[in-house]
Amino acid sequence: MSDQTVLEVEDVRTEFQTARGVVRAVDGVSLSLRAGETLGIVGESGSGKSVLGRTIMGLITTGHTTQVHGSVRIAGQDVHASSPKERRRLWGSEVAMVFQDPMTSLNPVKRVGTHITEALRLHLGLDKKAAAERAIDLLRQVGIPEPARRMSQFPHELSGGMRQRVVIAMALCCDPKLLIADEPTTALDVTVQKQILDLLTSLAESRQMATILISHDLGAVAGRTDRVQVMYAGRVVERSATGEVFEGPRHPYTEGLLASIPRLSDPPHTTLRAIVGSPPNMANPPDGCRFAPRCPYVQDRCRTEQPELLEIGVRRTSHVAACHYPLPDVDTAGDAAPPRAALAEEIS
Amino acid sequence: MAGSGTAHLRPEQAPVLTVDDMVVEFPVGRGQKVHAVSGLSLDLLAGETLGILGESGCGKSTAGRAVMQLPSPTSGRVRLGERELTGLTSRPLRKARSRMQMIMQDPTSSLNPRRKVKDLVTEGLAIWGFEGTKQEKEELVRETLSAVGLDPDVVWDRRPHELSGGQCQRVCIARALMMNPEVLICDEPVSALDVSVQAQILNLLERTKERYDLSMVFIAHDVSVVKNISDRVMVLYLGKTCEVIPSGRIDSDAAHPYTQMLLASIPGAGDRELSDSAAAVELPSPLDPPSGCRFRTRCPLATERCAAEEPELREVRPGQYVACHHPIIEE
Amino acid sequence: MSRRLVLRLGELVAVLLLVSFGVFMMVSLMPGDPAVAVLGEGHTAEEYAAKRTELGLDGNVFARYVEWLGNALTGDLGRSLVPPENDVVGRVLAALPVSVELATMGLLMALLLAIPLAMWSASHEGGLVDRAIGASMFAILSVPSFLGGLLLIAIFANGLGWFPRAQWVRFGDSPLDNLYHAFLPALTIALMELALFTRVLRNDLLVTLHEDYILAARAKGMPPLRILLRDALRPSSFSLVTLLGISLGRLIGSTVIVEYLFALPGMGSLVIKSANQGDFPMVQGAVLLIAAIYVVINAGIDLSYGYLDPRTRRAHA
Ligand SMILES: Nc1ncnc2c1ncn2[C@@H]1O[C@H](COP(=O)(O)OP(=O)(O)OP(=O)(O)O)[C@@H](O)[C@H]1O
Ligand SMILES: Nc1ncnc2c1ncn2[C@@H]1O[C@H](COP(=O)(O)OP(=O)(O)O)[C@@H](O)[C@H]1O
Ligand code: SF4
Ligand code: SF4
Ligand SMILES: [Mg+2]
Ligand SMILES: [Mg+2]
Repeated sequence: MSDQTVLEVEDVRTEFQTARGVVRAVDGVSLSLRAGETLGIVGESGSGKSVLGRTIMGLITTGHTTQVHGSVRIAGQDVHASSPKERRRLWGSEVAMVFQDPMTSLNPVKRVGTHITEALRLHLGLDKKAAAERAIDLLRQVGIPEPARRMSQFPHELSGGMRQRVVIAMALCCDPKLLIADEPTTALDVTVQKQILDLLTSLAESRQMATILISHDLGAVAGRTDRVQVMYAGRVVERSATGEVFEGPRHPYTEGLLASIPRLSDPPHTTLRAIVGSPPNMANPPDGCRFAPRCPYVQDRCRTEQPELLEIGVRRTSHVAACHYPLPDVDTAGDAAPPRAALAEEIS
Repeated sequence: MAGSGTAHLRPEQAPVLTVDDMVVEFPVGRGQKVHAVSGLSLDLLAGETLGILGESGCGKSTAGRAVMQLPSPTSGRVRLGERELTGLTSRPLRKARSRMQMIMQDPTSSLNPRRKVKDLVTEGLAIWGFEGTKQEKEELVRETLSAVGLDPDVVWDRRPHELSGGQCQRVCIARALMMNPEVLICDEPVSALDVSVQAQILNLLERTKERYDLSMVFIAHDVSVVKNISDRVMVLYLGKTCEVIPSGRIDSDAAHPYTQMLLASIPGAGDRELSDSAAAVELPSPLDPPSGCRFRTRCPLATERCAAEEPELREVRPGQYVACHHPIIEE
Repeated sequence: MSRRLVLRLGELVAVLLLVSFGVFMMVSLMPGDPAVAVLGEGHTAEEYAAKRTELGLDGNVFARYVEWLGNALTGDLGRSLVPPENDVVGRVLAALPVSVELATMGLLMALLLAIPLAMWSASHEGGLVDRAIGASMFAILSVPSFLGGLLLIAIFANGLGWFPRAQWVRFGDSPLDNLYHAFLPALTIALMELALFTRVLRNDLLVTLHEDYILAARAKGMPPLRILLRDALRPSSFSLVTLLGISLGRLIGSTVIVEYLFALPGMGSLVIKSANQGDFPMVQGAVLLIAAIYVVINAGIDLSYGYLDPRTRRAHA
C-alpha cells in the first residue's frame, strides 16, 4: 500500500433548501483516503451517504437551492474550486462512481458498447476501433461472457448482475485513482450481490484504487474494507479499522445497528435488539447529540451539547467516535467482550 | 406426476391452510406462458410461521397472491381450514379471503395516499361487517394501532406521506389485523426497510402473531431474516419446491444445492464456498424452464439423471424434505 | 418483425374502414338538402325529388356507402355539386399540397425553436431562464392564433414589407418562391404549436435529467450539451413525438384560420366553402383524405416508438 493520499475531505457540509426548511444532508464530514485503501460508509437510509459520495465527486455543486461548504481534494485538485471543464477531466480520469441501481444508471436507449466507448474516446482520444477493442477488454475484465456480442446489446437485454458489471467497466475505463461505489449491490438479486462485491474488491486491489464502498448492509462492508465510517443524520458517529468497529463498537448507534441485524447463527424467534424510534427529520434535527432521542445511554448533557468526533482509540489504529459517553473498549470491558466477539465473527 | 411431491404435508395435524399442487401460469401471447408456480404444495399449522425463500423471480409473490386467490391459481386447490377456496364465487370468496390478509413489500405504495390513517385502518371493518357503535369502532382502531406500536393520537389524522416507511408498514399490519384474520401472508414486509426498523417490524410481527393467534406465511429473500421469524422454511426455485426444512437447521443442515447457494451468497458469509460458475449463470427463462430438475443449469452437482428425471420431495432427515437426486448429506 | 407489420397493416385497414364509414355518415346527416344546394331556391317539390334521385340520394344509406367506398377505392370520389362541377379528386389533390406544406413547414419551424428552448429551459430548472421561457410560452399560448397571424402580417408584410401576403406559388412552379410565400403562414402555425411543444419537451426532459444514467454520464465527464443531445433528448421525446403526430394530422385539415388570413387555397378553406354550399361529395372526399392521412401518420408514430425505445422492440418481437 502506498502512502500517497488520493482523497482529502475537510469539513464538508451540503445543504439543500427545501419546502420544509434547510436540510443539512451532510454536516461537517472530514476524511482522507490513500491509494489502495478501502473505506466503507454505512448508515441507515437518509443518513447522508449518497449525498456525501456525490459531494466528493463534485456532482453536487453550489446552486440556488444547494450549498456546499468545505473542501474536497482529489489527487491534490480541489473539486469544488475547479472550473466545470477541469472537473470533467477529473471525472474522466481521477474519480469514478458506481451507482445503486444498474437498471437506471444505464441509458435504456444506448447500446452497452457506446456507454463505455464514448468516455474512452472523449478522455483518451481513442478512435472508434481502438475504443471498441479497449471496451471489449474491459467487459472481459469485469467478467462478462461473450463481451464482443454484448457491445451491441441494449441494457435491458442483460440481467441485473451483468448490467452492474457494465457500470463497473464504465467506471474503470479511464483508470480512476478513486472509485466511489454507492450501494452497488442493493438493487441486485441475493445470489449476485456477493459476486459483484468480490469483483469490486479484487479490481480495487489489483489496480491500487482508493475505494469508497457505501452500503446500508453491514455484512457487505465487513471483511471487504480497511476502515469503516458509520454515519447518522448527516454526521460521522464512528470511524475505525473495520474489524475494530464490528468487534467493539464504541458508539451506541453502531452497537444498536449491529444488534438489530438478525444473525444466521441465532436460533429462530430470537428477539432482536431493535433501536427504538426512527431517524430524525433532517430539516429539524434534535439539538445536542442527534442520536439522543433513540439512545439507550442518553444523559442530560447529550440533549444540549453536540458531541465532537474525538480520538478514543486505545490501540495503534485510530478510532474516532462522536459520543459523550462512548462504550468501553472490548479489551478493557471484561465481561462485555464475549457476546460482541461472537457477533463480530458472525458479521465479518 | 410432474409435481414436486407432497411428502412434506401434514394432513393429520389439521392445518389451517393447505395448498395442493398449485399451478400459476401467465399466458404471454403466441401460445407461450410464464410458468411462475408449478405444482406447489404446502400446509400451515395453527400458530406456525412458514418462511418462503428464493431469489427474485422464482415465484414467491405469485404463490402468495394465488393463495389469496388474487388471481386464482391456474389449477390446484387451496383450503382454508375445511373450506375450499378454489372455485368459490366472488361473494363467499371475499368473505373467506378476509380470513387471510396480505402485507406487501412497499408499505408506502400499498396505502392510499389521500386517506388518513384512521380511515385506512377502519375501512376494513365495514367490509368484514363489523357491528358496533361508532365509539366501539374507534376504540378497536385505537387499540389495534397501539398494538402495532403507533400512538393513535399522533397518527390518527396523518396521511401516508407524513409517515416513515416503518410507520407505514405498521399501519398496513394494523389494517390487516382489523379484519381479524387467521392467516397473515407477508410478502417481503421488511425488504424496503432499514435494518433498525426491520428489527422493530420483525419483533412486532412475532408479538402480533402471539397476541392475535395468527399463522403466518413469511416471504423473503434474506436467509437470516427468514430463519429468525419462521418455524419452517420452504425454498423455492423457478416455481418449484427445492427443500422444506425446520428453520433452526437451515444454516447447518441444508441439503439442497440451491439452498447451499443461497447460504453461500450472503455477503458476510465468510468462507462458505460459492461456486462462481453456478451463481454466474442466469436464472433460466420461466417461459421455458429446464427439463428434469429446474436447477440443473446452475447446479454444481448436476448429472444426466437430473436432466431426464424430475426429483420428488422426500424426507432426508426427520422433518426435512429435499427434492434433489444428489442431496448434500454428510453422514 | 413481418408478422408484426402485417398485424399493424390489418389494424390500419380496419381503422380506415371505420373512419370512412364515420365520414360518410356524418356528411350524410349534415343539415341542408343537397338538391336545394344544386338547384337553388324556388323550384317545385317534384324537381327537387328528381334531382335527389339523380344524385343517387334515394337508396339505403348503407348501400350508398358501399357504392361510394367502392368508387373511392378506384380513385373516384364523384363530382362536385356546385358549378363548375369539378372532379372531387382533382380539387382535393390541388388543395392538399398547400395544407401539407404549411403544416409540415410550420411544425418543423416549431420543433426547431422548441427543442433548443426546452433544452435550455430544462437544464436551468427553476432558474431565471427557465421561468422566462415558461412565461413567454404561456403568453404565446394565450394569444389567439389569428391575432398572432395578423400581427405577423402587420409587421413583416405590411410594415417591413419583407414577406408577401395573400399569394400562393406552387412548389412545382418555383420552389424558392414557394418557400418564400409559405414562410409567414408557416410561422403563424409554428407559433401556435411552439408553446405546447416546448412545455411538453421541457417537462419530459426534466424527468429524464433526474435519472441516474444522466448522473452517470456526468460522472464520466461528458460535456453538458452532449449529455442533453445524446443522452437526454431521445428518451424524453415520446410525448413530443405523439403530439407531433396529432398536430400534423390535425393541422392538415384545420389551418383554416391561417389559410383565411393569407388567402391560401388549402384543404381548410376547401372544406369550409364546400360545406357552406352543401357540396357533400366534396366534403366527403376531402374529409376522408384528411382522416386517412391522420390515421397513417399516427400508425407511423406508433412504429417510431420502437426506434425511440429499444425496450418496446423486444416486447413485440
Ligand atoms: N402478471 C404477470 N404476467 C406475466 N408474468 C408474470 C406476472 N406476474 C409474475 N410473472 C412472472 O412470474 C415469475 C414469478 O414472479 P414473482 O413476482 O412471483 O417472483 P418473486 O419470487 O416474488 O420475485 P421478487 O423477489 O422479485 O419479488 C417471474 O418470472 C415474473 O416475471
Ligand atoms: N436534492 C436534494 N434536495 C433535498 N434534500 C435532499 C436532496 N438529496 C438528498 N436529500 C436529503 O439528504 C438526506 C441524505 O440523503 P442521502 O445521502 O441520499 O441518504 P443515504 O444515506 O440513504 O444515501 C436525506 O434526508 C435526503 O432526503
Ligand atoms: S452522546 Fe449521549 S445520546 Fe449521543 S450517543 Fe452518546 S450517549 Fe447516546
Ligand atoms: S437434482 Fe440434480 S441438478 Fe437438481 S439440485 Fe439435485 S443435483 Fe442439482
Ligand atoms: Mg443512498
Ligand atoms: Mg415478490
